[in-house]
Amino acid sequence: MLYREAGQFKTSYATDQQIFPIRQDRIGVTALALFAFVVVPLIGNQYWFSAILIPFLIFALAALGLNILTGYAGQLSLGTAAFMAVGAFAAYNFVLRVPGMPVLVAFVLAGGCAALVGVVFGLPSLRIKGFYLAVATLAAQFFVVWALVKFPWFSNYSSSGVITAQKVTILGFDFDTPVSKYLLTLSIVALMALAAKNMVRSAIGRAWMAVRDMDVAAEVIGFRLMRTKLTAFAVSSFYCGVAGALYAYAYLGTVEPEAFTLDMSFRILFMVIIGGIGSILGSFLGAAFIVLLPIFLNIFVHAANGVLQSLFSLSLPASITSNLELMVFGGLIIFFLIVEPHGLARLWQIGKEKLRLWPFPH
Amino acid sequence: MSHRNKLVAWLAGAALGLTSLSAAAQGEQFVPLLSYRVGAYAAGGSGIFGGYIDYMNYINMKEGGVNGVKLAWEECETEYNNSRGVECYERLKKKGTGATMVQPLSTGITYSLIDRVAADKIPMVTIGYGRTDAADGRVFPWVFPAITTYWSQASAMIKYIAKREGGEDKLKGKKIVHLYHDSAYGKEPIGVFQEYAKRLGFEITSIAVPHPGNEQQSQWLQIRQIRPDYVILWGWGVMNTVALKTAQRNGFPREKMIGVWWAGSEEDVIPAGDASKGYTTAVFNVAGANLPLVQDVKKVVYGKGKGNMEDVSRVGSVYHVRGLVHGIITVEAIRKAQEKYGKGKVMTAEQVRWGLENLNLDEARLKALNASGMMPPLKMSCADHEGSGLVKFQTWDGNQWKIVTPDWVAPDKQMIRAMIEESAGKYAKEKNITLRDCGKES
Repeated sequence: MLYREAGQFKTSYATDQQIFPIRQDRIGVTALALFAFVVVPLIGNQYWFSAILIPFLIFALAALGLNILTGYAGQLSLGTAAFMAVGAFAAYNFVLRVPGMPVLVAFVLAGGCAALVGVVFGLPSLRIKGFYLAVATLAAQFFVVWALVKFPWFSNYSSSGVITAQKVTILGFDFDTPVSKYLLTLSIVALMALAAKNMVRSAIGRAWMAVRDMDVAAEVIGFRLMRTKLTAFAVSSFYCGVAGALYAYAYLGTVEPEAFTLDMSFRILFMVIIGGIGSILGSFLGAAFIVLLPIFLNIFVHAANGVLQSLFSLSLPASITSNLELMVFGGLIIFFLIVEPHGLARLWQIGKEKLRLWPFPH
Repeated sequence: MSHRNKLVAWLAGAALGLTSLSAAAQGEQFVPLLSYRVGAYAAGGSGIFGGYIDYMNYINMKEGGVNGVKLAWEECETEYNNSRGVECYERLKKKGTGATMVQPLSTGITYSLIDRVAADKIPMVTIGYGRTDAADGRVFPWVFPAITTYWSQASAMIKYIAKREGGEDKLKGKKIVHLYHDSAYGKEPIGVFQEYAKRLGFEITSIAVPHPGNEQQSQWLQIRQIRPDYVILWGWGVMNTVALKTAQRNGFPREKMIGVWWAGSEEDVIPAGDASKGYTTAVFNVAGANLPLVQDVKKVVYGKGKGNMEDVSRVGSVYHVRGLVHGIITVEAIRKAQEKYGKGKVMTAEQVRWGLENLNLDEARLKALNASGMMPPLKMSCADHEGSGLVKFQTWDGNQWKIVTPDWVAPDKQMIRAMIEESAGKYAKEKNITLRDCGKES
């Protein structure tokens, strides 16, 4: 009843092509943005900013990057964490070695470095696809981490190969409190998500999807495979690189190459799969599922254990609660994949369709 | 409907439990535990955190807490994952009366927390891991790599080898291989070894083993070609077991293999069977079920069924005793702080930091704690956050670890300290940190 587009007429091309064609969606997204930019900084506390919201946003950005490559252009990649590592270390070196380098410019350049590395490791995609390509990008994962450890120049000759992010100062303002870091991350992520949404609606996005659906057909109708695939790798790696830089500068502050393991690449791939392949919203939903759910499970298991303790004065051993959380998490992943193989984004879409009919289904 | 009712009841109960838990923490000294009991590192995590909790229980049960202030704690599973560790830290740091100190037991999480603990003014104690140059308390006021660091250990290892060979001059022309886990952890001592090789005239070859290290055939082939006099094993987890087995297959005597303290637990050598016999490692804590403190913990804590270790046979193992050492340092720092800021009061994190910087666990104090010989004497100061550097060496005889150096082996403190100050100075310059003036602080 509330969610119905009856009476909303499109009278110009501009209105026909806008991102959110339904008015209710526009209102919802604006409200969400206002909430995230204005209300959250007012009501949130340090724990929420620095332990929950910032990592969620950063991983959402990385998932978005991978979604462009895997979801829109159909190229499977296991090198996401490596591209993030390139971003983090490149940003560090730009700020360190170029005097007076503004941090935001360093982030963009770091994304550019990651894009270059991504293009290099994307070259095999011209000849191989699917699982074979996944193996080729796996090489990126191992090579980048190895190179960052092997050549001490990258970490400014730190004995343990660990870098410490410099202070983030933009136009004289120090981003050193959790709130300011959250707002910085949120602005960058929102901007880049908007850019991604527009990219996938434009010619380049349609080219990616054509290649994803059938690359031979795409080539026959005139898409240049090499350019299309490599731009997908470049854009995707750019997003991952910026996410990596934020991971170092806005989140952890100190990072080692080992933090960007294959495990992290897999986690980001799972975010894309669970959130929804080929969906911008899905990247955010998937990141929320993988990053936030284990934390809430952990808090819930702790609370449940506390109840057991206070009511029956018996408590589960810590090893069991720790493992319980992993089991429930794994079970939920399987549950969601069975119930909705196309991811949480598809679930949301189905929900919207139902809402359109509600409360008078046919 | 009944299901829904149950769920509501469950949630309400959960909320109730949460509030009652935090209420219970008032008036108690709260210690956050960033533990890990799942995943590849679970053996170390469950043993050390088990020992840590056992010791805090022991103090609560035997003495009614530190001068009457009971210790309270809460575990949070980090899975040895940096971002989960940060989340746990942020969640627990304000709990109860506020976090006393944090011991993340993971080098990665340590690095992620260095800036945060400085901002939150909570001391972080990293015993035998973490950032080596944080031992310079003038640059890192909130980080305490207590007892010993990787660099001190590398130095102590060379000293131990020299002693076995009959003097440092005997090392000239010898060949030593440093077989390491290819990570920040494994690479950390390379500089120290190279410095020593230059000074003493031996030849050092560092050979990397990629993570996780379950395939080392080519590395050992290289070792066979070098024919080294000693192999220093700087490994972790499965890599240690595989190294021992591969050494046996290649006919390299295990008596000539010296391991680091993360390669010297029962969990490392028992799976390798008789291949580990004769293998020696460094330790900063002695193990054994017959240690007086372990016996007492068994009697007081396990006797009442409050023990944290599920497998009671692991009580007194290397990891478990290491956990007791973590507990001792926590409790003694609080006790020291209470001496200055008021006995029987809950200490703030800043006061506990003073306690850590003035901690002096000399032989007499250790004896009073029933821990004489179990851990080295420890005396930290404003500038020196390491405080000891002493290690012992233990050999696996097939059934248990036997200490082969009755006295503690000291590193070359002067050389290591100079390296630490150089590295910390570089960090301070990069981050624009002004050094603390330790002469001015009491």
